[in-house]
Amino acid sequence: MTAQRLFIPFILFLVIAFLIGPFLIIVAASFSAGETLAFPPQGFSLRWIAKVFTVESFRASFGMSMFLAIGGTAAALILGIPASYALSRYKLPGAEIVRTVVSAPIIVPGIIVGLALLRYIVVPFQVGITLALFLAHTALVLPYAVRVVSASLENLRSDIEEAAVLLGSSRLGAFFRVVMPNIRGGILSAFILGFVTSFNQVPVSLFLSGPGVRTMPIDMIAYMEIVFDPSVAALSSLLAFMSIGIVFAAERFLGFSRYV
Amino acid sequence: MSDASYLSLSKLTLAYGDTPAVPDLDLDIRKGELIALLGPSGCGKTTTMRAIAGLMPVKSGRVSLDGADITRVPANKRAVGLVFQSYALFPHLTVYENVAFGLKLKGMRGNELDAKVQSGLKSVGLSTFANRRPAELSGGQQQRVALARSMVMEPKVLLLDEPLSNLDARLRLEMRTELQRVQKETGVTMIFVTHDQAEALALADRIVVMKAGKIEQIGSPEDIYSRPTSSFVADFVGFENIFQLDQGKLQTSAGLVDLSSHAPSAAGLAWRPRMVTLGSGPYRGTVRGTSFAGDSREYLLDTKLGPIKAEVDASQPAHALGAELAFDLPVERAALLSRFG
Ligand SMILES: Nc1ncnc2c1ncn2[C@@H]1O[C@H](COP(=O)(O)OP(=O)(O)OP(=O)(O)O)[C@@H](O)[C@H]1O
Ligand SMILES: [Mg+2]
Repeated sequence: MTAQRLFIPFILFLVIAFLIGPFLIIVAASFSAGETLAFPPQGFSLRWIAKVFTVESFRASFGMSMFLAIGGTAAALILGIPASYALSRYKLPGAEIVRTVVSAPIIVPGIIVGLALLRYIVVPFQVGITLALFLAHTALVLPYAVRVVSASLENLRSDIEEAAVLLGSSRLGAFFRVVMPNIRGGILSAFILGFVTSFNQVPVSLFLSGPGVRTMPIDMIAYMEIVFDPSVAALSSLLAFMSIGIVFAAERFLGFSRYV
Repeated sequence: MSDASYLSLSKLTLAYGDTPAVPDLDLDIRKGELIALLGPSGCGKTTTMRAIAGLMPVKSGRVSLDGADITRVPANKRAVGLVFQSYALFPHLTVYENVAFGLKLKGMRGNELDAKVQSGLKSVGLSTFANRRPAELSGGQQQRVALARSMVMEPKVLLLDEPLSNLDARLRLEMRTELQRVQKETGVTMIFVTHDQAEALALADRIVVMKAGKIEQIGSPEDIYSRPTSSFVADFVGFENIFQLDQGKLQTSAGLVDLSSHAPSAAGLAWRPRMVTLGSGPYRGTVRGTSFAGDSREYLLDTKLGPIKAEVDASQPAHALGAELAFDLPVERAALLSRFG
């Protein structure tokens, strides 16, 4: 009897340990006083955390990743919101095909997407590295934008738009007055999902990064190949806390969890 | 524009793609009238309302309102209000903001806006609910918000699509009175859709009965209730004994009964179960079924005319199954049908 009662909590403990264990190890390693990345940490210090802020390339690649994550996700939403609206409100011929094509970047491995972009777009058209990365990240985030926004549009009755029109609003006005406010949560979820996807994206960025232009994860890999000190762990912890902070703030101020 | 055609539909044809929904509809409505649109599911009531509101493209024909052709006028410029069956309240706005929505779009602001919204809320008894969201209201309250939201716009015509169908019986009666009061107070021309003939009879100045996109009969509640002109309408309003006449003669299993002297040109005759005289008369029938309904009792008789339903006061002595009874179908009380089928 007791064994049975303990069984479920035990499994639960294992799952949680498996999920957040690696994260805890990284966080512990960032506070190490030793010279190399190791667990358990040797002593306690904030020196690696401090060092993160002094590495020049980290600053540049962090800026680039932030730009791609925010800019790319915003661009994906600007394309994705009208697309989702059209897909859900009008019985367009071929709507299913459009949905599938838009989702392709989720299904196709990133390596292939990156290679294809490099081989058939970047090289032949001489696209700049930054622009190529921006376009690639927009395309990668677009499926999430369309999926998540579509889901919240499906839950929104379309007759409220007609009601708004009958009360004197134009069709476009009705979209901004009654559709947008009601899919706000979906847009926010899509933004967070897109931001995280873009920020953590490795394979596609790997192909498209070039001299002097790197995203954060690519830069971290490059750094680790040369220097094996705990500053990468420190940086990872900082990034993780940043993500947690964003989600927490979104929940706190925008009532994120009410919608997802 | 004559008085009789404040809102007028002429040769209105509506279709979903290639599927016709309403062919060739003509309807004239007076200013200030309260019209009930009655008909079975799928007969085109919602479609017609949407066309009047401008939410449904008109294939051919004309809609005119207050002397102007509005067939091609966009929905947001028509001054037609529609209360949706689903209410279609804006979930992100409070009750107050829902009601203020259209007024703000008209450019109304400040005290004028506030006064108007408050009086709108007051007229439906929801003043104390101004700050709630639609999700925090009961079905009946939501419906009243939808009504207030349309009414404050002072539309020329207010359309209501099954406005009472989601309410329980008590609230239904309450809202019925409410609707009637609002209509009398404001004098707004109103068309409401209903499946419920009792509701139509109780509320409307005139009832329009539709069938498969066409108007079967238009008339006062008395006309529709007592003098249906087609077998369809007769059936719809509870005439359960309906007979087709062949040149004034009624076909029975025992030969023809000549009724031409009573109803020379009728295509059919119809009686409510109440109108059948039980216990005396020229016809005979065997009781096949009986059901008790409180103050009345209904019998199903097997007769040479076919099955007959008769209803009598429950105070009369009951007849057993299998009993043979005399009965009469008094022709002078029958509804004369000019169309059959
Ligand atoms: N969006 C649509 N696409 C295609 N056909 C439709 C559409 N909406 C309605 N119809 C068809 O048009 C006809 C009229 O429909 P309508 O909704 O006007 O009926 P109704 O009288 O309002 O019925 P109910 O009492 O069930 O609401 C029906 O045959 C219906 O199947
Ligand atoms: Mg309908």
